[in-house]
Order: sequence, then C-alpha cells, then structure tokens
Amino acid sequence: MEKRLLTLNVNGQDYELYINPKTLLVEAIRDHIGLTGTKRGCDTVSCGACTVMIDGMAIKSCSVLAMQAEGYQITTVEGLEVNGKLAPIQKAFIDNGSYQCGFCAPGMLMSAQALLNENKNPTEWEIREGIEGNICRCTGYNSIVRAIDGAAKGKYTEAKS
Amino acid sequence: MINDFNYLKPGTLKEALAMYAEHEDCKVICGGQSLLIVMRQGMISPEYLLDIKHVKDLGYIKFDAKDGLRIGATTTHRAIEKSDVIKKIYPVMISMENKLASIQVRNWGTIGGNLAHADPAGDPGAVLIALKANIKIGNAKGERTVALEDFFVDYFETVMDHELVLEVHVPAPEPKTGAAYQKFNLLESDMGIVATAASVTLNDNGICKDVRVVLGNAGSTPIRVKRIEELLIGKAYDENLFAEAGKIASEDCEPVADIHGSEEHRRHILGVLTKRMLKQAWEEARG
Repeated sequence: MEKRLLTLNVNGQDYELYINPKTLLVEAIRDHIGLTGTKRGCDTVSCGACTVMIDGMAIKSCSVLAMQAEGYQITTVEGLEVNGKLAPIQKAFIDNGSYQCGFCAPGMLMSAQALLNENKNPTEWEIREGIEGNICRCTGYNSIVRAIDGAAKGKYTEAKS
Repeated sequence: MINDFNYLKPGTLKEALAMYAEHEDCKVICGGQSLLIVMRQGMISPEYLLDIKHVKDLGYIKFDAKDGLRIGATTTHRAIEKSDVIKKIYPVMISMENKLASIQVRNWGTIGGNLAHADPAGDPGAVLIALKANIKIGNAKGERTVALEDFFVDYFETVMDHELVLEVHVPAPEPKTGAAYQKFNLLESDMGIVATAASVTLNDNGICKDVRVVLGNAGSTPIRVKRIEELLIGKAYDENLFAEAGKIASEDCEPVADIHGSEEHRRHILGVLTKRMLKQAWEEARG
C-alpha cells in the first residue's frame, strides 16, 4: 500500500493530507484535519450522523473515501456559521429545542441546509423526506421539522450570535 | 476495518480499462455506497481499487424516441431521480429512485455500481428488467451488451468476466404501456424485504399484448415470472386473473427466511404485491 498525498477543501480552506487511501472522508475530517463536529455513528450508511455537504449535496462521509472527495467543496457543520455567528438553520434548531442528546444534530443540520439550498419553500412532507437519511434516536423529529420549517419561512434570516 | 489496498484513479474510460486489464485482483469503486460496506466487513479485500467516480465519459442520460434511454454507468441515482425526460417517459423509475435508500446515498451512489453489486434486494434490477433493459459491459478487449435479466447470476454475482459496467439501455416504451413498482419494508428508505415490478402493454382493444412481472429480493437474483406472462397475454382486464398471477408469484419465488421475515411471509407478500402492481400497471397502460 502506497500512501497518497491529497488536498481537501473543507469549509473554504485547503488541507494537504498524506494518508492511507483507505481513509474514509469522516476519518480525514475528524482525525486528520481535526474538525470533530461531524459525528461517526453507525459506519454503515444508515444513521446520517456523519452527513456533510460535497458541492452543496448531502452525503454520508462514512461511505466516501477521502481520496474521492478531492476537488470538491466540502462543508461540515463548522462551516455553517458565518463570521463567528450561527447560521439561520442553527439558530432555528436552538430556538425549537431540536437538540436533545445532540449527536444527530451535525448531520441533521447538513441535510437540512442541503434541502434548503435546493428547495427554498419545502412542504412539511418534503422536509421529512429531506431528513429521511438521518436518524434521531431521541426521536425529536417534530422539533427538527419545525426548525427547518421556521428557517425556510425566513424566521431566522438574520444570523444571531 | 478496511484492509489496505492500492488506489488507482484513471482520468478517462480508456485509462480505466487499461488499468483494470493490468491488475487481476482489482475491484471497481464508483459511489462505493455498497462496496465500502462489504469491504469494511472484511468480506472482500482487493489488492487494488480502481476509482471511476470521476470518469466523465460515463456520466450521462440520453433519450431518443426510437432508441430509448441510455444511462452512463457513473450516473448518480439522484441525477436519474431529477431527470425530466425519465420522469416523463419512465415514471416508474422515478418512484423507484425516490425510495432507494436515502438522499445522501442517491447523491453519491450510481446506477452502474448498484447493478454491478448485484444485490437481489437492490431496487433498480427488478424495475429495469420489467422495462426490458439491457446492460453494456466491457474491458480493454471489447464491449458486449446483455439483457439485464441474464446479467445477474447469483447473490452478488454477475456474468461480468473482469469487465466494467458501461451503460444501461432501456428501450422506448410501446404505446399503451404502464409500469409499477412497490417494495415492502418497514422504513421507506430501507431495502425491500420483498419487492415487485410489473409492466403491462395493451393493444388497441385493451387486450394484454405484453407483460412482465419481476420479483425483487425473492431469490438469489431478480426473478422474472414467465408463467404470469403465459397467463395474461391475450387476456382482458380481470381482477381474478391478477389474483391468480399473485398465486403464481408466491409459488415461483425462492425467498430465504431471515430476521426481516419468514419464507412463508415473503411468499405471501409477493403474491399481494404482484396482484396490486399488475392492476396498477394495467390501469396506467389504459390511460
């Protein structure tokens, strides 16, 4: 096995890594780059805790090789905030109590943001479909759906700290 | 833990085929949504991994009214789901893709990878066989096209002999054709415990001219139930016939028992789904 050099662009910053090609994207983000907001849950493409955005699309970083993510813009939950202030979707999650244990939240936020990027005005059903790949074991789905709905309706347009 | 491998990243299809020819113990990864799971479980540990995710030559959706639909192997499920032409001409593929795993998986996983993985519980296999699809495969020595129903050999096995999936071809549907697909599962985005795809073509008098019923996760490969075709071709709409077709489906499947359902349960559900999907496809064909 030959180690490989690659450059990953995460939250607008380039990181040069020298890694074993079997390194998963979630491992590169957490263990090599040190951004631990992205969570590692089931490791079998089921739970969605490791969801990040690649060029604005939600994907599960436990099932993508880091090598495959080169050349894309990767966004993790740390990349949602703007100038140190929470993004509208993050504020909406706080206001609606959409965190209980909080483990699913980074992935939920990324799926929610990816949904809102492509559908500015989702129905409740579309919101539920948008987070179908994310499991919340505290079953706080209703508060999560309310938060996404609130953010979509522009209740949180101003990012507040 | 995934075992170590050497990573190969070709830029073009030509390069990919050349690299693949060079290495015997080599697996192909595209979206990797199925492959990485089995690699993590240690079920396979290839010496080389050939990454064709970025091979642009294979990412396309083309439709021609005569030739039908051609989808490049590296086209993502999400691209198919969002395709206007597929929505218009092959709506059953959209409803199938809508329920294939989760959005995250559809954003990265590809149609070629799904078929090459040959999981009998995979959604596209049954639907595409019902639509009479063909699959183009090849290596550095040449290409060949096989009917998709002949492509699957056994659990996770295909007719490919150190070849890559290149393209899926779906013929243009005949007039008065309807198709339907449903899988039975507990969570919508799960794999089907069992599934049924049906396609029905009627003549101008509303008589069945052609029909296909394909069962998913009902055996080691998707199962085309030919006895149902013999039963229905030449017949008019009759719900008793659909019930009889359902009985045939329950008999002609070969499901295994596992944590998700017993064999008897699966046979029963396949019968119910077959009856419903035939009715739905027939009604759509009538327009």
